[in-house]
Amino acid sequence: MAKRVLVALSGGVDSSVAALLLKEQGFDVVGSHMKLWDYVDVGGDVHQDGRCCSLDAITDCRMVCDAIGAPFYVLNLSSQFRERVINDFVSEYKAGRTPNPCVRCNADVRWEAFLQKAIEIGCDYIATGHYAFVERNENGRFHVRKGIDGTRDQSYVLWGLTQEALARTLMPLGGLLKPDVREIARRFGLRTAEKPESREICFVADNDYRRFLREWEAKEGRLPDSGDIVFDDGTVVGRHHGTAYFTIGQRKGLGVSHPRPLYVQSIDAERNRVVVGEYDSLLALEFSVRDVNWMAIEAPEEAFEADVKIRYLHTPSPAMVSELPGSTVRVKFSQEQRAITPGQSAVFYRGDVVLGGGIIA
Amino acid sequence: MEPIYLDHNATTPVDPAVIESMLPYLGGRFGNASSVHQFGRDAKVALENAREQIAAFINCEPAELYFTSGGTESDNMAVLGTAYYLRSKRNHLIIGATEHHAVLEPAEYLHKKEGFALELLPVDGEGFASSDRLRELVTDKTAIVSVMHANNETGTIQDVASLSEAALHRGALFHTDAVQSTGKIEVDVKQLGVDMLSLTGHKIYGPKGTGALFIRQGVKLAPLLYGGSHEKKRRPGTENVAGAVGLAKALEIAGQRRRQDFDRWSSLANYFVEAVSARIPDVHFNGSRSARLPQTVNLSFQGIEGESIVLALDLEQVAVSSGSACTSGATEPSHVLTAMGIPAIVAQGSIRFSMGRSTTQGQLDYVLEKLPPIVERLRSLSPVYQRSRA
Repeated sequence: MAKRVLVALSGGVDSSVAALLLKEQGFDVVGSHMKLWDYVDVGGDVHQDGRCCSLDAITDCRMVCDAIGAPFYVLNLSSQFRERVINDFVSEYKAGRTPNPCVRCNADVRWEAFLQKAIEIGCDYIATGHYAFVERNENGRFHVRKGIDGTRDQSYVLWGLTQEALARTLMPLGGLLKPDVREIARRFGLRTAEKPESREICFVADNDYRRFLREWEAKEGRLPDSGDIVFDDGTVVGRHHGTAYFTIGQRKGLGVSHPRPLYVQSIDAERNRVVVGEYDSLLALEFSVRDVNWMAIEAPEEAFEADVKIRYLHTPSPAMVSELPGSTVRVKFSQEQRAITPGQSAVFYRGDVVLGGGIIA
Repeated sequence: MEPIYLDHNATTPVDPAVIESMLPYLGGRFGNASSVHQFGRDAKVALENAREQIAAFINCEPAELYFTSGGTESDNMAVLGTAYYLRSKRNHLIIGATEHHAVLEPAEYLHKKEGFALELLPVDGEGFASSDRLRELVTDKTAIVSVMHANNETGTIQDVASLSEAALHRGALFHTDAVQSTGKIEVDVKQLGVDMLSLTGHKIYGPKGTGALFIRQGVKLAPLLYGGSHEKKRRPGTENVAGAVGLAKALEIAGQRRRQDFDRWSSLANYFVEAVSARIPDVHFNGSRSARLPQTVNLSFQGIEGESIVLALDLEQVAVSSGSACTSGATEPSHVLTAMGIPAIVAQGSIRFSMGRSTTQGQLDYVLEKLPPIVERLRSLSPVYQRSRA
């Protein structure tokens, strides 16, 4: 009997084509859309038109599934999403860190509650429209490898997947370029073929995370605390209205005048201070990584070399990973890197393969 | 294989004879019932004939029957219309705890936005509301009491006659949502003693988008729509003549088949409930075993989520629902079962099997073959169930 796969559809072209390709490969495809949040709760888009989790997006998923001959279900995972992703997003910012909610969502919602649902309804696999490969390597372990479309590589947000989750995961778009995907959608007449792509945080529709935090906190009855903007010697140079509204490396919107450009160097939420400095103050060699998940390799005993990527648009850079084994490791780049930001993910690669990753402490 | 449809409380197919009766009014006899010329007269006569037939079916005067677009509109019209009309004298609402959202939500709106006091009339473990309790709750300020005739999720049939009597002694209006019961059991507005009654076509092999509200002569209510003198200005809008004709025909057929369908459904339901209980442990029957629409069987499979069962059965070509169709997709347990005092761990795993005229024992046997392994798989994955067994 054909293997059954639950495809996570966002309403965009990538996941539509993923479903189509699996169908053509002979899988028993079941489509589904995860309802993760509601505009009523997250704000940011008065028109509510067409993005993931809107009714229009759900309609697009539904029509695509009908076109390829797959049943379709909406799965409401909004309580899990709020608890695991949005609450974490807010508390991380409040703690002076810069979270990556897609990482949390993947590890704690998609490859957790969604996968569980898939198993419950008798599916063998789940599938997504990520531009990446899931493979089993010679050690018998599963890993994620970067897709061939370097501009769309999403392996960075997938480091948190467990071996059990990867064993049940299909990513059919790894070997395609985005234009190919659109071409396939067009050829098949899928209604999502020309849909523009969204790369922002899905629940921050207007891409203004400060607006989101402000509204979310206000709804919970919390107001931001004003405090000082200082140099790292403690000299006060300005005022801020909540440390959560700053990220490391930020230059704009500091409201501080200085002969040379100033950047946020660190955020000290405990003392309610934002520390700023000149460009050079952002450069660093070493940092710790917590909550590490090992993927292509088992937890190593000894220090090893890897290319380490520290944010979505960072080019992986050679480093030593040490203080092993443990769930917190130490990373030392061979060259100084700019704005190593607590809360972001650090992903360890060998070539295109994800060895593991964790969260910058 | 042909998919098996066990969700007739959500909707039914239109009976071929009903389609036949409607066709002339979709084609050649297309007139606007308000027009003065012969096309209009022809349509108007058809509309009034349908009204007469439906009125006779529920034992009211034709002048007391108003066509609407269906159950939701009838319910809204009854609750909002009377509340708005009476608001200066009466600002209190009593609504059954297990009502359909088409009654609950307008009542909640009146409570939250329009300053009405709202009281929910509780139900017991089988879903019955008590007329003694209603007598305690109703006051001189109560505008409307609304308690549904047969529940859409459990099929439990209320003793509407004694409830309406309890409302009457304080002069409150009584509305009943008879969307599920009309055509399946006897619905007689005089015996029920109600001031208003909602009904629809699509639950009884009539067309979707058809319905009516019985409003007893003398009961006043504010309209929700403005824009013409149709339905005596209470429900303006060009009348759906074909729909009204189809609704009348559907009720006629339901009336003829009622006893025979009732008996057949009763024995199929008994067979099914017994067989499920014999094959699957920790199954709870929700609702009344005696006063119930026999084609509605609501079962809870402890420790798992109804939604997962619905999806898994759908993938096996069996269509059922968890809770009411409108709440599926949400993860909260049904408000109906919660109001009946059923604990969340049981309520969450509830499935409504609702049979129709086409349901056969062979279909139920197929479900009986597919269901046990699904429940077993879900339970093996459910820490909640494992804990409850430990």
